[in-house]
Amino acid sequence: MTIYLRQLILLLALGLLTSTATLAQEVSTIKFDQLQELRQSPHDTLYVVNFWATWCKPCIKEMPYFEAAHAQYKDQPVRVILVSMDAVQDMEKRVMPFVQKRNLQSRLYLLDEPDGNTWIDRIEPKWSGAIPATMFFNNKRGQYEFIEREISEQELQELITKYKP
Amino acid sequence: MKNNRIPFLYMACLLLVGVLMAAMPAIDNPGYQVGDTARDFTLKNVDGKMISMADYKDAKGFIVTFTCNTCPYSVAYEDRLIELHNKYAPQGYPIIAINPNDVKVSPKDSYKDMQVRAKEKNFPFPYVYDETQEITRAYGATRTPHLYVVQKQKDGSFKVAYIGTIDDNSREPEKVQKKYAEAALDELVAGKAVSQPNTKAIGCTIKWREA
Repeated sequence: MTIYLRQLILLLALGLLTSTATLAQEVSTIKFDQLQELRQSPHDTLYVVNFWATWCKPCIKEMPYFEAAHAQYKDQPVRVILVSMDAVQDMEKRVMPFVQKRNLQSRLYLLDEPDGNTWIDRIEPKWSGAIPATMFFNNKRGQYEFIEREISEQELQELITKYKP
Repeated sequence: MKNNRIPFLYMACLLLVGVLMAAMPAIDNPGYQVGDTARDFTLKNVDGKMISMADYKDAKGFIVTFTCNTCPYSVAYEDRLIELHNKYAPQGYPIIAINPNDVKVSPKDSYKDMQVRAKEKNFPFPYVYDETQEITRAYGATRTPHLYVVQKQKDGSFKVAYIGTIDDNSREPEKVQKKYAEAALDELVAGKAVSQPNTKAIGCTIKWREA
């Protein structure tokens, strides 16, 4: 009896695990050093890093374009990464529900650095701190572009086509 | 004939450059840097009166703050703006809050909504509307909130002394360790040079009027 029960629980747990695997991505909390590491990634890959927040309307407007690009270039050396500027305290109540509701599939980070003044200039001196902002880079090829404003779907597609290895 | 062609081409080139420059989006205008002279303005306050810096005969300067109703960062800083004004207006540096957002792009930033918010929060400073966005472009503000501390000069002009953010933690006021704007204002009031005249923070983009 207990064996059956155990198997049942195991099965249920397995079912739960596999079902969550097809759901939205997890959001990893990172510090500036990890963002810097990502920025310096040496691979021959185009990184598209979008800075957003759940409270930022234009960010949410352009998010489907990034999600579509993620799906479209899944099997190519193109990585779409969404970095949330939400406060880490809002992870459970705001960020995770948002991510699940929209079933986001891009790689997701939350940058836990409340004092923008300590890191914005170090990642991009041209950045005033307004979001949305997006950077495109391939360090192997020395390519880099930074955009501090909302981006259109066409513009995003053009930039990816221009830079993808 | 040949000799005439060169000046003509030269003129045409100049004209082309002029046209191109005029067509360039104002977003490329970097606005003011610390040390620049800031222009005055005449903008409508929530009480219906027009506000200019020149109206304040006794002011030593201003904390010109681009902020709005809708940006959560702006909202998070409302109480701290009130405190900042109450602390520095008696020392000669009052706040003038300017809403830079286009009402079509951001309907809740309308003049009417500004009046509602100013009343709710009982702002002790003017909250004016830059409807044409001319002042916002001239200053080069890009986000809300975005502060420009200007200091009145002997000739009555206003020199930019500080551009940046209020402090180091928008989300949790009780965890603030560095009060960037206050540090700059304390130095100005003491007649010293501002040691950290530029700071940055994450904020909401200004909602520019769509062409």
